Amino acid sequence: MAKAPSKSKSSTRKNKLNREEALKFYRDMLLIRRFEERAGQLYGMGKIAGFCHLYIGQEAVVTGMQACLKEGDQVITGYRDHGHMLACDMDPKGVMAELTGRADGYSKGKGGSMHMFSKEKNFYGGHGIVGAQVPIGTGLAFSNKYRGTDNVCLAYFGDGAANQGQVYESFNMASLWDLPVVYVIENNQYAMGTSVARASAEIELFKRGISFEIEGEEVDGMDVYAVKEAGEKAVKYARSGKGPYILEMKTYRYRGHSMSDPAKYRKREEVDDIRTHHDPIDGLKARLLKEELATEDDLKALDKEIKDIVKAAADFSLDSPEPDPSELWTDVLREVESV
Amino acid sequence: MAIDILMPALSPTMEEGTLSKWLKKEGDTISSGDVIAEIETDKATMEVEAVDEGVLAKILVDEGTEGVKVNSVIARLAEDGESASDVEAAAPGAAEEKADAVPAEQSSDQSDKDAQVSDKAGPPTPAVSTLKDPTVPEGTSFVDTTVRDALRDAMAEEMRRDDAVFVMGEEVAEYQGAYKVTRELLQEFGAKRVVDTPITEHGFAGLGVGAAFGGLKPIVEFMTFNFAMQAIDQIINSAAKTLYMSGGQMGCPIVFRGPNGAASRVGAQHSHDYSAWYSNVPGLKVVAPYDAADAKGLLKAAIRDPNPVVFLEHELLYGESFPVPEVEDYVLPIGKARVRRSGTDVTLVAHSRMVGFALQAAEKLAEDGIDAEVIDLRTLRPLDTDTVIESVKKTNRIVTCEEGWRYMGVGAEICATVVNEAFDYLDAPPTRVHQKDVPLPYAANLEAMSLPGTADIIEAAKKVCHV
Repeated sequence: MAKAPSKSKSSTRKNKLNREEALKFYRDMLLIRRFEERAGQLYGMGKIAGFCHLYIGQEAVVTGMQACLKEGDQVITGYRDHGHMLACDMDPKGVMAELTGRADGYSKGKGGSMHMFSKEKNFYGGHGIVGAQVPIGTGLAFSNKYRGTDNVCLAYFGDGAANQGQVYESFNMASLWDLPVVYVIENNQYAMGTSVARASAEIELFKRGISFEIEGEEVDGMDVYAVKEAGEKAVKYARSGKGPYILEMKTYRYRGHSMSDPAKYRKREEVDDIRTHHDPIDGLKARLLKEELATEDDLKALDKEIKDIVKAAADFSLDSPEPDPSELWTDVLREVESV
Repeated sequence: MAIDILMPALSPTMEEGTLSKWLKKEGDTISSGDVIAEIETDKATMEVEAVDEGVLAKILVDEGTEGVKVNSVIARLAEDGESASDVEAAAPGAAEEKADAVPAEQSSDQSDKDAQVSDKAGPPTPAVSTLKDPTVPEGTSFVDTTVRDALRDAMAEEMRRDDAVFVMGEEVAEYQGAYKVTRELLQEFGAKRVVDTPITEHGFAGLGVGAAFGGLKPIVEFMTFNFAMQAIDQIINSAAKTLYMSGGQMGCPIVFRGPNGAASRVGAQHSHDYSAWYSNVPGLKVVAPYDAADAKGLLKAAIRDPNPVVFLEHELLYGESFPVPEVEDYVLPIGKARVRRSGTDVTLVAHSRMVGFALQAAEKLAEDGIDAEVIDLRTLRPLDTDTVIESVKKTNRIVTCEEGWRYMGVGAEICATVVNEAFDYLDAPPTRVHQKDVPLPYAANLEAMSLPGTADIIEAAKKVCHV
């Protein structure tokens, strides 16, 4: 029986927020925003090169989803990945040093913005080929089921990747084998310069699982509580052995697709409207103040703390040396221990 | 302390641009993320967003200014507690970013130099000379086994040995394998470890890579390697490159296996030899055995290998029988060639099915008084060039034999290596035997003309021997 996809209501829930959780969300989102702004600046200074895709505007998605995970759950995403790494508690210093291509980066400077990993934090990349992370994430879920754990894999991808064939190959196998994977579609409205409406025959991406019997839901991705609420439901579903789940996060990126994109395909007013009326961080800040969970001074102190963390990460990333020339030849293959 | 706002670059190659417009004026309060100015190059326009907060104390470059150098100070920001006049007092350029201590140019010069040095030093080469086939004790009995069963036995033994090993692919379980290579594995190991997939190569190859990242040891069977073209992105971009791109964190112990190359009368799309394709890629190992013992010993090694291994079998060899030593745990080293026939007059280098033709050619050549040495490469990456070079130094002549096309092929690589490393030993130009440079035709006569065989090898060998 096909499960009906649904559009969830935006979570302007009236319940009082839990202070500790709310402050953590605020802090985590702010860290991503400040980190990305700094990365953008370092790019402008020529300290970061190549492709650099910023996550500014989408912070509520990874922050809310991460709150649904437990030890051993895995996360995998595409190339707009800095926010996911910070949400997975990877060290901002190591992430920034990878962006600058230095020895202390998570990949020793050999991966760059799009290719970072942390086995320790169960972050499996960081993938530069649009959509390739989806079958890989499905495979991580396969390994969870094979081993008999109750861990879940979150496989993030964008509205652009949602048109890749391998996504549907993955949906089919995940549903066929009831794999514990939650597909989180970060629909930020534009695949590089192409809007969803110009690329997708069905623009409601949460419905893309219907022919695979995968339940899907649309979520306000600019509201961290709406994300968390939907995320908990989806993760619980996958964890209980019922199979995959799709969450379409309606979100927005404020910056261009990558650093060299002037974003001429959309109007300034559109961006301004989202920033003014739907910003995930400002929205939470207003609630924190309104519910008197924090004072302006508290938040200012928090801002300062985040700013210092990001400054330290930037300094670290510039002080770290370039990789040793001998690193050119390492990590191509693993040594065979014994045959 | 005042904060400098620098002229940003839109791309790594941009050196200067036009500051087209200021959207803030002196005295305005600025928050992180505010758009403060617009800049443009001949290629694009971009907004400059503030990273730091404060009051815009001083604009140093007027709007409309062209040729503003990247990283020059375009404005000053006063932080909390500073007055605009404090900022003006600070001499421009005083707040040099510490980042500039390592100018990008200098550092890349440096790395160029270092890269050259290490290129001279060369990559660490595996110590092939230390690789040895296991000694088969005297008195060991040999059992005639088909290549098909040898491959099957290898998988079964490794699955018994390690719970993390599983096999997946189209028709591997209930159908018992399209070519029966996975025969009876389902019965022994169950559906959890012998997984029938939908027809979805790209998807299940990627899923296998994810399972390997997750700590399992997948054996991914492609019904034939022709279909693996659907999946080649996952094999190369995900399986082969991720260890390097992760600085050594993400190992991918996976075997991609299946028949490769020509079958019989199946036309161009089902007859492609991918030896050269996969061998081109660092981060992969590529194995292409000929006989049943090597098929067994090398597949066992491939399954145990912590790296992605592309294991190229041959449909037309599946049914051929060869003696396999009856020893427990027969594992062969990947990266070591086998000298199948020693000779003194010409070296014939081959892999997979071409080894059989090379051996037949050697027998015929012997009738004409030419003593050929036949080297079975067994592994294409890493390539055991030591064995080849050693042989050429003895015979002074080489003929490479491959089923695939000549252009940019396996033979091209071997010939180039021989020319580099044994030039002075050569008495004749290195010569290649290969498939004709056309898609493989269906018609029996044309197919036979297109594929290389014993006669081609004999002809090439005689030519280099000037007979």
